[in-house]
Amino acid sequence: MDNENNSLVKLTWFDRIFKPQVITLENGHSTIRRRSRAPLILALLVLAVVLSLRMTGFHLSVIANNFSKLVDLLVKIFHPKWSFFSKVTGPLVDTVKMSVLGTVIGCVIGLPVAVLASTNICKNRVVVSVLRFILAMIRTLPTLVIALVCALVFGLGTFAGTLAISVFTFGIVAKMLYESIETIDMGPFEAMEAMGANKFQAFWSACVPQILPVYLSHSLYCFEMNVRASAILGYVGAGGLGITINERIGWRDYEGLGMVLLALFVVVVAIEFFSEYLRGKLS
Amino acid sequence: MAEKLEKIEQVIDEKLTAAEMYARRPRKWWLYTLIVLILAVVISWSGSSLSYTGMTSTGTQVAKGVVNGITHPDMQLLFGTGDTDVPYLLLQTIAIAVLGTLFGAILAIPFAFLASTNILPKPIAYLFRVVILLIRTIPSLVWALMWIRVTGPGAACGVITQSVCSIGMISKMYITAIEDLDTRILESLDAMGCTPFQKIRYGVIPQLTASFISTTIYRFDINLKDATTLGIVGAGGIGASLVQCLNSRRWAMVGSFVWGLMVLVLIIEFASTRVRKKLARGE
Repeated sequence: MDNENNSLVKLTWFDRIFKPQVITLENGHSTIRRRSRAPLILALLVLAVVLSLRMTGFHLSVIANNFSKLVDLLVKIFHPKWSFFSKVTGPLVDTVKMSVLGTVIGCVIGLPVAVLASTNICKNRVVVSVLRFILAMIRTLPTLVIALVCALVFGLGTFAGTLAISVFTFGIVAKMLYESIETIDMGPFEAMEAMGANKFQAFWSACVPQILPVYLSHSLYCFEMNVRASAILGYVGAGGLGITINERIGWRDYEGLGMVLLALFVVVVAIEFFSEYLRGKLS
Repeated sequence: MAEKLEKIEQVIDEKLTAAEMYARRPRKWWLYTLIVLILAVVISWSGSSLSYTGMTSTGTQVAKGVVNGITHPDMQLLFGTGDTDVPYLLLQTIAIAVLGTLFGAILAIPFAFLASTNILPKPIAYLFRVVILLIRTIPSLVWALMWIRVTGPGAACGVITQSVCSIGMISKMYITAIEDLDTRILESLDAMGCTPFQKIRYGVIPQLTASFISTTIYRFDINLKDATTLGIVGAGGIGASLVQCLNSRRWAMVGSFVWGLMVLVLIIEFASTRVRKKLARGE
């Protein structure tokens, strides 16, 4: 009788150590309440924080002592040097161009891979797992490292940046897309196959209309991220605004840096609004 | 809307055959042509400044070196226990991400409440939203470069950078959770005669904790990836050593760093997805 009730609540190793509380009801039935995990999690968190504090050598006093320096810096950044604007536009346009082209290339390659990596369309387990493994590997590599390798191979400039963004976008779009593809309704696909359509025809008219809006929405989302990401790629020599940012900080020209950041802010916000509007229309 | 409904009713009344319905299907070919045209223009515009200069003279050598390094990593570095070996640097990277995320998550709470339109009047809320947007747009690398003037190079700089950077995204997600608060619960608590403190304890906190924790774990995932690149500017973690090795072309060492990174990021991503799935199911 007890066992019957207990089987309703899944017990884990945690409950073997901290026995759950048994509550007997008025009618003679008994039920159990699992002990809260909060204290254990909290203790682990505190341990992690203490170890992390030791490892990073972080002290609040460092900030308190040097806070005036930061204030100086922020004051300068918030007084942008307007005359610097003419020198910002070139790299800024380069950055946007890099992210547009990189996003398009990455998304175009990502679509077929995502289709092949979704379990409901590709029945071959080997293909699915190999593709997913490759995608996971690509996603673990930081964009800056990809950009640095590209810059070493193809020389400094926008080409390396575009390539790095394509690779990075490919990894993310393909992953987001195969997750979405797995949630689509396969009913129409089966109905069409039953009516005599071949696999490709059925896929084209039953699945593509469901996938397409999601695909475009993911692509736009990636584009938003890429504009922000590509702004720093120049730091490793891959073209765009990063070179200018690096140069301004190197020369301690924070008013110039303020102008660069302001221009970047305006462009990013404009693109985000535009993309959010389009994504709202798509869903 | 009413017109549309009338039209649909008309169509139903007419009792069309399938062939007639098919002939009347909505045709949006002009929309598709427009999209393709816009895409073509955008691609050609962004491709115009792309200059493919071919590989650099050492390009093939670099590419070979990277492949060689990844297939033959430096085992001693990969499993060593010294201060410059992979395990220690990975732990430091984790430590930066743990502290950065935790501080960021705590700092984001006031920002999120101040920027929620259902708590404060709209003008004030929007003002704080602009601040959050500003924090989010500035790339983390730039934040690191600014903070490094305050803290000096080292892992502490990474911690502060991530604390500030995380505010942007975390508070954006918090705001969504706060604005989705079910106010009927608060009303019923009011009706029961609860004090404001009780209302917060039993009406607000239970609604928010799950999504707050989920957001924080998700951000930890992102911060960990971010922390790997912060080292490039000298903010601690594995990035600095990785880039140094890349620049001095010690491929075996690059290989071991990349393997360490991949394994770490994969493990954390897997764990974070599992925990967040559990949270979403309400366990």
